[in-house]
Amino acid sequence: MTLVFLILAAITILGLGAAMSLRNPVHCVVGLTIGFLGLAALYLQLGAQFVGLTQVLVYVGAVAILIIFAIMMMRSSESPEQQPYSRSWRVGVAIAFAVYCVLGWAVHFGAHTLPTQAATPELSVQQIGDALLHRFVLPLEIIAVLLTAALIGAGVLALQDPAGEVRGPR
Amino acid sequence: MIVFSASGAERADQIFVLTKYWLMGYVPTAVQPLASAVLSVVPILLVFPLIFAITTLLERKGLGRIQNRYGPNRVGPWGLLQPMADGLKSLTKEDIVPDSADKWVHLCAPLLLVVASFLAYAVLPIGRNMVVANLSAGVLFFFAIGALVEVAIFMAGWSSRSKYSLLGAMRAIAQMVSYETPLVLAGLVAVMATGSLSTVAIVEAQAQYTGIFPHWFVFTPWGFAGFVLFMIAATAESNRSPFDLPEGESEIIAGYYIEYSGFKFALFFLGEYLGMFATSGMAITLFLGGWSAPFSFLTWVPSYLWFFIKLLAITCGFIWVRGTLPRLRMDQLMHFAWKFMLPMTLLNIFVAAAWKFLPAGIVRWFGCAIFLAIAFVLLTRGLKRRGEFRARQYRFAE
Repeated sequence: MTLVFLILAAITILGLGAAMSLRNPVHCVVGLTIGFLGLAALYLQLGAQFVGLTQVLVYVGAVAILIIFAIMMMRSSESPEQQPYSRSWRVGVAIAFAVYCVLGWAVHFGAHTLPTQAATPELSVQQIGDALLHRFVLPLEIIAVLLTAALIGAGVLALQDPAGEVRGPR
Repeated sequence: MIVFSASGAERADQIFVLTKYWLMGYVPTAVQPLASAVLSVVPILLVFPLIFAITTLLERKGLGRIQNRYGPNRVGPWGLLQPMADGLKSLTKEDIVPDSADKWVHLCAPLLLVVASFLAYAVLPIGRNMVVANLSAGVLFFFAIGALVEVAIFMAGWSSRSKYSLLGAMRAIAQMVSYETPLVLAGLVAVMATGSLSTVAIVEAQAQYTGIFPHWFVFTPWGFAGFVLFMIAATAESNRSPFDLPEGESEIIAGYYIEYSGFKFALFFLGEYLGMFATSGMAITLFLGGWSAPFSFLTWVPSYLWFFIKLLAITCGFIWVRGTLPRLRMDQLMHFAWKFMLPMTLLNIFVAAAWKFLPAGIVRWFGCAIFLAIAFVLLTRGLKRRGEFRARQYRFAE
């Protein structure tokens, strides 16, 4: 529980808390971006360079931009009058607390099964690449097919006219 | 100590590193990591805004000469004090914030832009042993920071609550997202050739010499194509002409920073130029050999001087292109990114991979070059025939 970890955790929690509780959707997106950046910094602090930087590249660079485009297209600049909480928020809080208890119990009682290493292991990008292309090549190819299908689906959706007729390339 | 046993050229080359170590000797041990970070970062904060000031003057003079007129020549001899006048003006102008604007987001947007632009310099090797952070995934860090700039542009465009700024922000983000893919893929070939994501390793792989010629990646067919594609994508990423539709003054007034005045506008300007220098610096690192000299008999010149000479050359190239080419329309811009740049960069990756597996020699060089040339001609012909790059049709000016 070093000072750096506490600061980064505080930034993450504040950012994501702001994303949940603010009224203006643009403020929520900014809070979400801060939360993602805090998570990336936590990954970097643990020594996982590739995962931390990919978190910035994918989450901030793609997911947050996607949400931004959705907000810009919707033009939902007016914040709603009341806070749009659901009516069963107490049940939601109880479920979240229960999940947190289970996770905390698992981490606490499973900590002794982790190998005790004094130094952090040198997990280089090369090793991740090797693992992806040797041991995990089948999941990699399946994900590639999934992404291609998503891309083609997005293209097909975008080609359709609002009037309903499908326009092909000119 | 190292200082006394090194030759004169080595001492000149490493003078900043040696100065830093000398200063660190005076700092107590507990504060040393912090002092080391500060001493590494402060030169970047001092040098690159200075280069920005010089570039604004160079650009105005250069564009003026291309357009057959003098640039600014009133302030100081040959207009050399013009950047100071510009800086004073932007500091003293009134800071107007629209009444319905989102104050906090309006304030934070230029700050985030400048911070993200400065962060990108952390992985550029300015000279031998002169990199702020020697990350083993340096190239990935650089492209990840580029994503932060887009969020800053959105914040600027949205918070101004103005039609033009929102439209400009949408166009700018669409353009930056579209050109980010060819940018990364074009830079990827250098990573493939080196086998490492670390910028220091990429430069050191290019800093060797066969005879008098260096091993810069730009002298290989895939490296040359990658460099050209990277520079085109870098021009689009920095919203510079001919890709400056999101901020063209005759199109959309000023796009996403239309409602900014005074110092915040200067911060946007600074952030944009810093982004341009950072991307040029990455192009120098990936393709032009970083801090290495162009001929082996020129290695006595300090390494950081070579970096800045190359940066100056690329900046002049940017200014030249800005003064020469007309602006691309939004749909032309998008077609260019997705229908030409993306296939070209993917084929370039294929050629770079083939380069690694073919036996070294003149056949490999010409084979790869001819493949890329054929691909280029087919892609441009195909796009031209389908009418994607048709001439502008003026509706009211016939």
